[in-house]
Amino acid sequence: MNRPLDPGSWQYRELNSRAPTLSTLSDTLIALAEEGHPIVAGSADLQYSNGLVGFARRYPERFIQFGISEQNMVSAAAGLATTGLMPFVATFASFLALLCCEQIRMDVAYCAQPVRLIGHHAGISLGFYGTSHHATEDLAIMRSIADLTVVAPADGAQFAAAIRASVHHPQPIYFRIGRGHDPVVYDQDTPFAFGEAITHGIGDEITIIATGSSVHPALEATRALQAGGKSVGLIDMHTIKPLDEKAVLAAADRSRIILTVEEHTILGGLGGAVAEVMAEHGARARLVRHGIKDEFSLIAPPTHLYRHYRLDAQGIEEVARALLA
Amino acid sequence: MAAEAGDRAYEGAGPPFILGYHPLEHGRNSMNTTLTQDEITRLEERARFIRLETIRLISIAKVGHYSSAFSAAEIFATLYYDTMRIRRDEPAWIDRDRFLMGKGHAAVALFPVLADLGFFPKAWLDQYTRLGSPLGDHPDMRKVPGVDFSSGSIGHALSAGLGMALGARILKRDFRTFVMLGDGEMQEGQVWEAALAAANHGLSRLIAIIDRNGFQLDGRVDDTMAIEPLREKWEAFGWDVSDVDGHDVVSVAECLRRLRDDERRAKPACVIAHTIKGKGVSYMETEPGWHLGYLAPADEARAIEEIMAGAAR
Repeated sequence: MNRPLDPGSWQYRELNSRAPTLSTLSDTLIALAEEGHPIVAGSADLQYSNGLVGFARRYPERFIQFGISEQNMVSAAAGLATTGLMPFVATFASFLALLCCEQIRMDVAYCAQPVRLIGHHAGISLGFYGTSHHATEDLAIMRSIADLTVVAPADGAQFAAAIRASVHHPQPIYFRIGRGHDPVVYDQDTPFAFGEAITHGIGDEITIIATGSSVHPALEATRALQAGGKSVGLIDMHTIKPLDEKAVLAAADRSRIILTVEEHTILGGLGGAVAEVMAEHGARARLVRHGIKDEFSLIAPPTHLYRHYRLDAQGIEEVARALLA
Repeated sequence: MAAEAGDRAYEGAGPPFILGYHPLEHGRNSMNTTLTQDEITRLEERARFIRLETIRLISIAKVGHYSSAFSAAEIFATLYYDTMRIRRDEPAWIDRDRFLMGKGHAAVALFPVLADLGFFPKAWLDQYTRLGSPLGDHPDMRKVPGVDFSSGSIGHALSAGLGMALGARILKRDFRTFVMLGDGEMQEGQVWEAALAAANHGLSRLIAIIDRNGFQLDGRVDDTMAIEPLREKWEAFGWDVSDVDGHDVVSVAECLRRLRDDERRAKPACVIAHTIKGKGVSYMETEPGWHLGYLAPADEARAIEEIMAGAAR
């Protein structure tokens, strides 16, 4: 597949190319609005970055530009939701989950308003923009807020399916999206249900549990290991909360090692959630959490960071091989 | 200081007031903004009712925000018994005017009004703050019918009200959104984000009311973090600003009727209600330490006496 993004520089190869995962957002919202769903969207000076400009052009009266005031946007989204509308508000995950944490807790989750929060450019996907723009704590923070569903789709098709499913989901949702250039993992019609992990196989030796943008590299690593004769499986844990405990325990029952992979600190995110389940159920498998090891991420082009932190396919494969040695 | 954490058992005796007088549906009925003498008398009576119920409820909790509630008593009375379009017994009516309070700690003054309007059983008030009660120090929309938005963390309410006003415009509904803010709340940055956005989006049906009682927890607002010139700040942010005497129901009601009904105004409106923290109870008016407190029985009797007599009026 000829992607428009250069993997070395992480720059666009051609002007006006669209990030497939993120362009899904606007396209799906337009489709839902056309079907009659009361969709409104808001952005805080990032409509080109998150692609909501497409929705804004199609439904200008349903798009709200908040300027650079993310906290105001989140509280206002909760107010909008009280009137019966379904707001989707988007900004960088670093700002949404950390700067607006208290607005999300008080106004969205505690008030039980069906706001859809889109934290995009999560993890280390903003590369050399630096730590201020990296979100490596968002899953841990959002997961600790009661009544908030936390989802990290693996690609555009899954994101679209999750947005569609959200129309019938009563709770507020935090969606975690990377930079939006995820390679295709799923067909357009792959079923999606919140809280139901997608098991791509359970390995006798290792089952990798990955989420969001880490699913595709984890899938490639799994295939490489399988090609080398290793019994390795993969679970796509797209919903961090509520966590699919059954899927975790089924894997932990059969595999010698569970390896969680996330573009996030290993504290409190996917790895933390899986650790809680395994510990409480006395699972026999060994757990290894792979991600950012309690440090502020470095500055580099994203692909270089993925290499450094061994979060690309090659890196995940290396980590798994070391465990099998 | 009269506040004592006494262990006085709640006696369950409410104030000698008749609950439940108001028209079936009110608001937007008046073609002019002038109040009749009957209307004035009724609003003053409702403000007294709010103060007395505040004392009764705090006697259950044994600590509470008397003075923050007292400074806003006429504002609550005017909003719910004159200005706002609401329906008795129908707290979720889709076309009701909305009310949010940034100063959520004055909710003790709101709950008796909501019960009086039939939004929840009056018996709930008797269990104020007790284990399992929907009624706490701050308003909770998930627990209390008639609370349009939860608050407690200061600075969010104007943004949430902004969202409701945006929602009304998108849905082509004509309800008004009223947001009561504390003057100390002006120190929260998010208030000014919302102020900027409301003017930018021309939300003329959003009306903010600032309870300018001059005090916050640490002392005088202007000694803690100066907020003046307040009028000029809101005007500079693109709002239509009015000043009212927040304890004169005529001043408050006529201003709110005018702002509610003025369809030519393109800007959101801000009312600076000049109030006295603890208004209605002489020894609270002169003592800033009453932000949080508890009345000993003798002081409570004196407070009720003063309120009944309208002593500070």
